[in-house]
Amino acid sequence: MNLQDLKTKAQKLLESNTVNVIIGYGQGSGGEVRPVFIRKPADIDKLVLNDKCVQNLAVYLTKHEIKKLGKPGIVAPLPVTRAIYQLMLEKQIADGEIVVLGIKNNGIITELTDNKSIRSFISDVPSELTSEEKARLSEIKSLSQQDKWRYWDEELSACIKCYACKSSCPLCYCSRCTIECNQPQWISVPSHLLGNMEWHIMRAMHLAGRCVNCGECARACPMGIPLNLLTQRLSEVIEKTFGTSESAEAFYPLSTFNVNDKEDFIR
Amino acid sequence: MTERKIINKASLDELFNKLKSGGKRIIAPRDKKGKIIFEEISSLKDIASDYIQTTLSPKQTVFPRYEEILSYQFENRNIKIDKETKKPVPTVLFGVRPCDARSLSTLNAVFTWDYIDTSFTSKLENTTVISISCSKSDEYCFCTSVGGSPGDTAGSDILLTHLDNDNFLAEIITEKGKAILLSAPELFSDKDKSASGGKDAPAVEKEKYLAHVKPYFDVKELTNKLTKLFNSDIWEEQSLRCLGCGTCAFVCPACTCFDIQDETNGNYGERFMCWDSCAFALFTLHTSGHNPRETQAPRWRQRLIHKFLYQPERLSVYGCVGCGRCSRACPADMNLLEHLVEIMEAQ
Repeated sequence: MNLQDLKTKAQKLLESNTVNVIIGYGQGSGGEVRPVFIRKPADIDKLVLNDKCVQNLAVYLTKHEIKKLGKPGIVAPLPVTRAIYQLMLEKQIADGEIVVLGIKNNGIITELTDNKSIRSFISDVPSELTSEEKARLSEIKSLSQQDKWRYWDEELSACIKCYACKSSCPLCYCSRCTIECNQPQWISVPSHLLGNMEWHIMRAMHLAGRCVNCGECARACPMGIPLNLLTQRLSEVIEKTFGTSESAEAFYPLSTFNVNDKEDFIR
Repeated sequence: MTERKIINKASLDELFNKLKSGGKRIIAPRDKKGKIIFEEISSLKDIASDYIQTTLSPKQTVFPRYEEILSYQFENRNIKIDKETKKPVPTVLFGVRPCDARSLSTLNAVFTWDYIDTSFTSKLENTTVISISCSKSDEYCFCTSVGGSPGDTAGSDILLTHLDNDNFLAEIITEKGKAILLSAPELFSDKDKSASGGKDAPAVEKEKYLAHVKPYFDVKELTNKLTKLFNSDIWEEQSLRCLGCGTCAFVCPACTCFDIQDETNGNYGERFMCWDSCAFALFTLHTSGHNPRETQAPRWRQRLIHKFLYQPERLSVYGCVGCGRCSRACPADMNLLEHLVEIMEAQ
């Protein structure tokens, strides 16, 4: 990937005061990468770009600690750019409020400064599941209802309710999550199976049709639960039922009102 | 005085059988789809091998991730409380690392501080700890900076050190350890019998078989340093990438925060004690809506100052044993050791 080009572009953005902070990847421990927040052009060499740069950095765009740093520029591989676009659709980021250094799989870096260019950048490359993800999904789909239940029963029993799934997800930006609403307590706090099921089903439902399939929840999970399979399956259902978001500007099915809606009750 | 013996793998398996038939359950590290978790095992072959550190710590044996502490029933205007004290299952906690064995004293210090939590102490009393010294370590380990070492005996009842393929040095450290030895003395020997010119247990140079974990800082200096850094900018800078999840606290062998939750269904309800974390937004949120730790920076500061200043000051224990789990598990690579070294260097 083109690290030098990334550094040049990021440095220019900082030097010209176009942005106040570059959210990117830097050297981490264990040979991995970690998020870095670069505020001085002189620190630009801290940026790293390699195939380990997968954490979805868009999660930081809605954090108030990061917002306080000023206008951000963000290093954004495709899944990150997709999350940013979804945040824009959901009015969490205003048009022109950020600069996206979009990176396609061919390594070419494009500076994106508005909603429209971000949209055209991601629409060129359809979001597809990896063959491994497809295989796992169809494997689960082929199970009987009872076996599906058994599968998730076993997976979710391991959940310790650390909420790394929620905290690492760029689209879990609610300032107060359902689990934090405790008068009354909507979601059971103990990490018994019922409480874990309540939590993960609720989360999957809230992400239905919004999940950009970056896989961050599963990567963040310390117990290795393949949580992304839940939202991936829901994305399929939503797409089949309501159509895809590729067809129209600023469209996401579960919050769109349409006078020609095929359902009667909504008109 | 520590007694030294040799035990081989076959005898160890035999020991497991004896312990089980004597009514003890054996909890040991198991490989579950690549995550190493403490669970009940039936024989030596169930135990995971070739890992640096388990994913979760063994603290769940004495401090479960959630536990029912009582149930209640409303009967007209009365409440009937059922606080049935469950008798803990006699347990052998096998294969823990010396750092984890050490963490039990931190847990104990918290749960017996101003109130004796008998649910915890009864479990601890019924647990015998058979640890295994570390022959390997990684860049996240720092036990030697916080008072431990790869062959540390503190907190263990018996400490095993792997000598070769078949044999372990067994250091019998406590009365509980001695009881295990006395329950099956024929399984322990003074000399490694398998090889010609075998090793004499008392003469084994244990150090030769241990990992080398470099000391990075003096923990007393760190405590002292923290007294001056409360208002430092370092907390905000270090916690920028923190996502506010509870992973670090939940994998930590020495974190003790818990939440009390009532789950009511009609006239009946259960009260649970559940793991909690200082990284959560609800941490120290007052009923008024005010939170003295409103952002991640003061929560992160609390985490470190609690472990390295408040706990040694009040309880004479550190809240960290240098196992490195939090750093390995953090989805945003909040490397604890690196942060502590940075604090030592801070002005």
